[in-house]
Amino acid sequence: MKHRTFFWFILPTFLAMFFFITLPIISVVVQSFHTPHENILITVENCDPFGCKKVTSIDHEATKELKNEKPLGKFVGLDIYFDRGHLALEQVKQHWNNSENLLSFLSLISDLPFYKAIFFTLTFTFTVTPIMLFLGLLIALGVNAINRKLKGLIIFFSLLPMIVTPLIGSIILFWMIDSRGIVGNFLQITFEDPNLSLKASTSLTWVTLIVYGVWHAIPFSFIVFYAGLQTLPKDQIESAQIDGANTFQQTIHIIIPHIMPLITFVTLMQLMDNFRVFEPIIGFNAEAHATSLSWIIFNDLGGETRQLSAAATSSILTIIGIIILLLPVLIKTWREFDFKK
Amino acid sequence: MKLLLIKVFSILFFLASSSAFACSISARVSIVGNEFPAIQTVGAGAKECKGAKVTANLTADHQKINVAGMSSKPAEYTSAIVANTSIVALLNNDLIRPLDDLVNKHGKGLKKNQLITIDGKIMAVAFMANAQHLVYRKDILKKLNIDVPKTYEEMLAAAKKIRAAGLVKNPVGGAYKAGWNLAQEFNNMFIGYGGSHFKGNSAEPNVNSDAGVKALKMMKSLSEYMNPDFLTHDSNATNAEFRAGNVAIMNMWGSRAATLVDADGVSMEVKNGMDIAGPMTVGGGKTPASTLFWDGWTVAKKISDEEAEATFIAMTNAIRPSILDNEDIRKQAVWLIEGYKPTDAARGVFAAAKMNTTPYPMLPYAGLMHSAIGKEIADFMQGKETADKTLSDIEDAYRASAKEKGFL
Repeated sequence: MKHRTFFWFILPTFLAMFFFITLPIISVVVQSFHTPHENILITVENCDPFGCKKVTSIDHEATKELKNEKPLGKFVGLDIYFDRGHLALEQVKQHWNNSENLLSFLSLISDLPFYKAIFFTLTFTFTVTPIMLFLGLLIALGVNAINRKLKGLIIFFSLLPMIVTPLIGSIILFWMIDSRGIVGNFLQITFEDPNLSLKASTSLTWVTLIVYGVWHAIPFSFIVFYAGLQTLPKDQIESAQIDGANTFQQTIHIIIPHIMPLITFVTLMQLMDNFRVFEPIIGFNAEAHATSLSWIIFNDLGGETRQLSAAATSSILTIIGIIILLLPVLIKTWREFDFKK
Repeated sequence: MKLLLIKVFSILFFLASSSAFACSISARVSIVGNEFPAIQTVGAGAKECKGAKVTANLTADHQKINVAGMSSKPAEYTSAIVANTSIVALLNNDLIRPLDDLVNKHGKGLKKNQLITIDGKIMAVAFMANAQHLVYRKDILKKLNIDVPKTYEEMLAAAKKIRAAGLVKNPVGGAYKAGWNLAQEFNNMFIGYGGSHFKGNSAEPNVNSDAGVKALKMMKSLSEYMNPDFLTHDSNATNAEFRAGNVAIMNMWGSRAATLVDADGVSMEVKNGMDIAGPMTVGGGKTPASTLFWDGWTVAKKISDEEAEATFIAMTNAIRPSILDNEDIRKQAVWLIEGYKPTDAARGVFAAAKMNTTPYPMLPYAGLMHSAIGKEIADFMQGKETADKTLSDIEDAYRASAKEKGFL
């Protein structure tokens, strides 16, 4: 493609990305360096249906001038990044000095909200992604091999988990795994333990969320791989068959190298998707056992508290996390690209 | 004949004047609020006004949108229906206006105790009260000869007997879902043990105390008699458990008591067996382990005076005393409106008010404390931490967010 054509071709996308991605991210970065001004507090008398009481309130007149002067708030640099709600430098240092080995250090810092969320997020990402890559490929190979007449029906049913809205899907499963729900009850009978509850223990909640994550993501990898399988080099496979290669050998030596770019693509997408795991935590009411960075942002923004700076900081940390996570894959892609050139 | 004519005319005149008096407004009214039945009634009442457009956005997510919707100029919402918890965010951002002039002009029917004043200025008009109190199965208690619990200690003893008798496996219910609900239960218990969340009039936290430890331990003891999934049960799920006959005693919101067993499929046993009583005390204290709430409406600051006046007229119309002529509406809440006679379902909240239950504090930083408690307390309930560690975690989490918001 000529550079000129390419430029006009990419311009609309570029503009949209600049206005709807770059600018908002810049504003989030700026927000994360600022906090609201200190409130000037006064004591006033409040009366309600239950009587009168002296309470503390914000003096709006006094705070107004400050707000008009610097509407962005107080510049605090990286303070929010290092406070207890985020990287918690002070607490981490303390725990490091107080712990004898790495394991006790990890268990100590897993009590801090940011690290607690990171531990779950990483566990989720690094279990769901490989499992769903493997199962997705398996299903794609299976569907590719079955009778043409059945294919349409099977593909439709295999795609269902992705069609269901994540929040709705997880709420439905939440009731199914309830100790009185069909799955929960079945497990109780199978393991002959009437007190077994998937929702009451942290490890079982994690397993539930991971199983849900895999269930929801498989259709994506399946359909991408299935599309890839339609472009298989027939003559290569035929010559392999003549050479006496079995199905497993054909898969390892021909099919997988052929669809490798697709595997990289699905891995990239899924690492990003799984790192910002959110809906299942809400749907499964799992906040007591598992939190993620996205959940922290949601929690900071909702309700009465509205901690904008904290949410902005968590957002930036999420972006940094995703960049670190994708770096190896991106470097690999870059090298391969250069090499071919 | 002449007399009759005069009579007819005077009646006609009266009708005309009263309908003209009913509710006419000359500027737009736009309401945002929660969505439970009593608030639906208020929204519908405001819509009866003629002369300009009245819209109502009633949703459980009202707290997520009311601040943003009232910050623009002119504000999208001219009125927000709030409680003593959620008014704080509007006050903190200076988004609602004093109503003194409007009350003088249009608020003749309002009772004095409906007017919420802050620093002497009327900032909201309350229309109902709410509190958590005891809801129980009288048939089960009777069968085992247990008196209606007046304290949490008696509740525990009753739970032990009910489980031992094999009547209900997990007899205690409670909205213990991690987050807002669980924090609210802690607040109740903490106040019941005589605790106060802040040091004096400052924003310094004060939960890491003897009362805090006792409150946590009592909650833990209660949870042993609850469904093991209690950390996922909000008040809806807890009510569902009660309806299904899986719960015999629980601390529940008054605003839900009236309609608790009205749903389809509730057995006659549960329907006839359900009863309510006042809130319980704990640890020998006199103050009930509960908190009082009011629900009321406000008028936005960033709107024209005409819109503010129209909003005030429409909202006052929505809570006029004559709405209580309807039996269904009368049952929906503990109304603070003139002429309200308590229904049977209101006994619990009335008992709470009579027992001098502490109102939820209208402090600018109360929401931050509530959120910190909700985040940290689940670890203790799962037995992962000691009470002391959890309480100091709550204070640390609160300090971090209060510092960010400029309170410390």
